[in-house]
Amino acid sequence: MREYTFERPRSVDEAVRRSGSGTAFLAGGTTLVDLMKLEVMTPGRVLDINRLPLRGVDTTGGVLRIGALERMSDVAADPRVRHGHPLLSRALELSASGQLRNMASIGGNLLQRTRCGYFRDVTTPCNKRQPGSGCPAVEGENRMHAVLGTSDSCVATHPSDLAVALVALDAKVRLTGADGVRTVDLADFYLLPGGTPHLEHDLRPGELVTDVLVPRLDRASRSTYLKVRDRQSFEFALASAAVVVRRDGDVIREARVAVGGMGTRPWRLPAVEKALAGQRATEATYTAAAAKAVDGARPLRHNAFKPELMKRTLIRALLELEQTR
Amino acid sequence: MWIIRNLRWHPSGRPRTLGRMTQYEGITRRGLLGLVGTTAAAAAVPLSGGSAAAQAASGDVTVRMTVNGADTSLTEDPRVTLLDALRDRLDLTGTKKGCDRGQCGACTVHVDGRRVVSCLTLLATLDGATVRTIEGMADGDRPHPLQRAFVEHDGLQCGFCTSGQIMSAAAVIQEGGADTDAEIRERMSGNICRCSAYPGILAAIRQARAEIR
Repeated sequence: MREYTFERPRSVDEAVRRSGSGTAFLAGGTTLVDLMKLEVMTPGRVLDINRLPLRGVDTTGGVLRIGALERMSDVAADPRVRHGHPLLSRALELSASGQLRNMASIGGNLLQRTRCGYFRDVTTPCNKRQPGSGCPAVEGENRMHAVLGTSDSCVATHPSDLAVALVALDAKVRLTGADGVRTVDLADFYLLPGGTPHLEHDLRPGELVTDVLVPRLDRASRSTYLKVRDRQSFEFALASAAVVVRRDGDVIREARVAVGGMGTRPWRLPAVEKALAGQRATEATYTAAAAKAVDGARPLRHNAFKPELMKRTLIRALLELEQTR
Repeated sequence: MWIIRNLRWHPSGRPRTLGRMTQYEGITRRGLLGLVGTTAAAAAVPLSGGSAAAQAASGDVTVRMTVNGADTSLTEDPRVTLLDALRDRLDLTGTKKGCDRGQCGACTVHVDGRRVVSCLTLLATLDGATVRTIEGMADGDRPHPLQRAFVEHDGLQCGFCTSGQIMSAAAVIQEGGADTDAEIRERMSGNICRCSAYPGILAAIRQARAEIR
């Protein structure tokens, strides 16, 4: 690990003021400490924000607000989350391990870095880690990599389960920076890699995620989060689906669908949503809609299985809604 | 050798008592190994006056915490993890370093009553914290129910992951998430056992759960 100075700002304003280039905010540390050990991240200054008042879960005005420093395990177990947005609890509980969920913050979860082996190995090139150095994953080991939203510069998958569920729920993030407070749709917060994969989100220098805001979920809607992976627990998704469906009897009135393990960012699927809306809730409808999930997918040498896996995951998630409510 | 190693971390020179474990217990195998290591290191890098030591000291962070019931104060480089502090500074070597990347669970301890991986926990963040390690589990000479159950059910072969398994299992039982076998398996998935003693681990947790609750 490279040397850094360690500071503990006493307020959000002070944290933002002291931040900037070469500075990292430390919350749970499950990404940052790991990547500092690997020297993938080498901040000269670490700001421990754990004592800042960015906590709490509340539902004032019908909007679920989650403080960015709340821990994954606490949010998953919170009765307001469990009852109001069950797929968030589900996505959180299917993430990482019990120990890591106790440590990792919600803000940190949304900002966690890709698990691409080349990104994590400083002896190899990586455009995300070292702009312009190249991407060995395009031709190399790419079984876990993305098939949607990729570019010639980067095919790394976004690893967060929570972000997929939040994107399906039209969540927003609140940010505080030198220019004040602003709120951004989470779906727009993540950037496509294009030719600049080192730019991962719409976060200005020194800006801090303070809250996540989730609109109320209609009580009549059914939702679930399904995750498919190489082992049953403590593993990243090969494919995952967050689905929210509001029905009127047999007819689907509205559907919201996002998928993980597939894209370079959490991937919303408006074409699938459109194919579901107004249709009868049958397996035939789900199959027809799921076919649109992977339009434009670009499989790589080791992950040609992913488009088919995505379709089946989506169909299964929609079928499982019959058992939820 | 104990004194050599600890003078560095305890300038007062006072003996420390960590919970019920006193550090004056004669020369152990680990003590001898430690002596060799310390001598070699001391020969290579002078402890005081060396430029590396002086540089590191400028940014050191002082942390006061409770470890297995004992008040402890450490002043360390901010890069030091809780895991390294426990093993190398406090001689609490029951906590193991497996992957050192948060992927194996061998280093699991409790911080403020919650199970965490100590390899990804920076010591500098723990001022005021309460830490419990495997050394703090037994009640005097009486092993913790989980320790006994792991022995009775062969919940280990090589034993390297065991302290992490036990710390994790204690928290799982505490969390109330160990009602079914499937639930125990899911909640214990952060603790890898390369010997694959999982059936024994599961049986041990089941038994201890009944005793503890």
